Amino acid sequence: MSRTYLPLWITFALVLAMFGAGASQFDGFASLRVVTNLISDNAFLLVTALGMTLVILSGGIDLSVGSVIALSGVAAALLIGPYQWHPLLAFAVILPCAAVFGAGMGALIQYYQLQPFIVTLAGMFLARGVATLVSEESVAIEHPFYDAVAEFGLELPDGGWLGATSLLTIALVLLMLVLTHYSRFGSYVYALGGNSQSAQLMGVPVARTTILLYASSSMLAATAGIIFSFYTYSGYALAAVGVELDAIAAVVIGGTLLTGGSGFIIGTVLGVLLMGLIQTYINFDGSLSSWWSKIVIGVLLFFFIALQKLLSHSWQSKAGGKA
Amino acid sequence: MTSEATVLNSTHSDPLKADQLKAARQARYSPGQSAHKFSLYLYPLVALALLLLVNVLLDPQFFSLQWQDGRLYGPLIDILNRSAPVALLAIGMSLVIATGGIDLSVGAVMAICGAVCANLLLLGDWSFPAVIGLAVLTGLACGLVNGFMVSYLGIQPIVATLVLMVAGRGVAQLLNQGQIVTFQNPDFAALGSGSFLGLPVPVWLVLLALLIMQLLLRRTALGLFIEAVGCNAKASRYLGIDDRGIKLTVYLLAGGCAALAGIIATADIQGSDANNAGLWLELDAILAVVIGGAALTGGRFSLPRAVIGVLIIQTLSTTIVVSGLPSKFNLLIKALVILLVLMLQSELFRNQLKSLLSFGKARGGKV
Repeated sequence: MSRTYLPLWITFALVLAMFGAGASQFDGFASLRVVTNLISDNAFLLVTALGMTLVILSGGIDLSVGSVIALSGVAAALLIGPYQWHPLLAFAVILPCAAVFGAGMGALIQYYQLQPFIVTLAGMFLARGVATLVSEESVAIEHPFYDAVAEFGLELPDGGWLGATSLLTIALVLLMLVLTHYSRFGSYVYALGGNSQSAQLMGVPVARTTILLYASSSMLAATAGIIFSFYTYSGYALAAVGVELDAIAAVVIGGTLLTGGSGFIIGTVLGVLLMGLIQTYINFDGSLSSWWSKIVIGVLLFFFIALQKLLSHSWQSKAGGKA
Repeated sequence: MTSEATVLNSTHSDPLKADQLKAARQARYSPGQSAHKFSLYLYPLVALALLLLVNVLLDPQFFSLQWQDGRLYGPLIDILNRSAPVALLAIGMSLVIATGGIDLSVGAVMAICGAVCANLLLLGDWSFPAVIGLAVLTGLACGLVNGFMVSYLGIQPIVATLVLMVAGRGVAQLLNQGQIVTFQNPDFAALGSGSFLGLPVPVWLVLLALLIMQLLLRRTALGLFIEAVGCNAKASRYLGIDDRGIKLTVYLLAGGCAALAGIIATADIQGSDANNAGLWLELDAILAVVIGGAALTGGRFSLPRAVIGVLIIQTLSTTIVVSGLPSKFNLLIKALVILLVLMLQSELFRNQLKSLLSFGKARGGKV
């Protein structure tokens, strides 16, 4: 039991250590403002990583999320700007479209037995291609609704401010927590990641689960794109390049096994927070260059993968086969 | 007996492995020369020929070659020259994919090796062969890191190489101190933009790499071992193949190929840009290998077909330019072509297509 939770505790300890290191070195680091900024700056990554967790738990991978973020941002900006739609109507159209896109990838993976890696790679090119086709330039968003949302939020003491997008992100985390750990769909996902053949034999609706899984990942990515558009007040086809890798890294640092079947939503949240804290620390320091964050994240990735390997060594031997 | 039994057992428990078994048999009986060699080459070559045909229809001058200043110029030479870095990556990637792995780090390795070259050349007191040698060694070292993680630590290839993909670009930026490092060295620049016997030097480098690798893999048992490990690592271990050593070797070779690609890219722009050198080229290389007919599950590879895959991708982007379509269509068309190629590789889809065709025929016959 403790073994299962160990990676989670280590990530948690690292988050605390990172925060402690920042707080001891810089004035103003240990404030609610820093914490709430951490959430709002990483909101879109966190929402993307939630969907990625689900996909990785099932033993798959979704490389298309970064492009879906860009595409939904561009679509929102265009629908609200030139087409004069109300933002809520635009979102109501974009989210189902994203779900259909994800379901399509899921169907290809399920029915044609294609590899998730290459199918979602094609999806990545497709979404990015459609986004650049629709608009190559950054489209600015100006709408009273966006201003209203920007002003809405919870004022906290100590300079903290939880904006509407942060609140939405927290709500989505709670929703995914329940969906993954306390729902039938969640247990299907774990079963699929553990062993898809056994899952099939046990009566898990493998096809439905796979398709739903990729649909929800794309839908969460589209939500992240909308959150990103609130953050930047624009939609840009070349935005969020490489976010899929950040999301995968956060999921792995959060202790989820890439082979599927083992991991926690809360681990992903901690993984995103840790990556955000490293960036915040570098910003506070000022003398450290940005490339250190990449190197540190790479080292952390290696550390967690090696740790997982060590922990799972005893029961890994029976899996065998191809690495 | 033991090997056959193991292979059969694994087939029995997993019907999806039937293809792999077939590949294993072919590899066993005729290394590197499968029974359907002709048809395997047919589809990629037909695709390439069709693309070239479209180009000629769009631009009658497409096949024209001019001799100027001791080298050939023309759209075809352009395609060859531009494909060189990805072709080198694809050669290494073929081997990695043949073992059932994947190497996401090659783009970052290109950036690191480019940074090494640029900084050494800037120091000035390093000889030309030493710079090249150190860059290749750096690439091999990166490959060693990947290979060690995959084979001896048993980490999933996607994750193991993701580490270097993320950290590698950081290392390259660290070497360059965040700047774009430029240098003046005509000898080195010739590797990217020079020519030899009428053809650009990068094209010669690709041909040389292809020749050496092909000899190494098909004239020794190494290629067969790689395919065996890709089919079933466990079974090949029982056969006495050092599966871990083989995996380590393929990542080493991929690192070396990435180093060469990085050298060409750096020499071409006479500078090292840690942010953009080789960015996303790993995806192009993987794509080329898949278009060349290799399965990502491993078990077979063909270097010439991977290079044809690269030429298809490069010709496709040239076609889009020649056709006058704005370059923003580039990604979309690429995505659709990948999807088409993927679907054609799926047996179910081929069967559906066949039944659709025969249905049409039957109806046609009745009428």
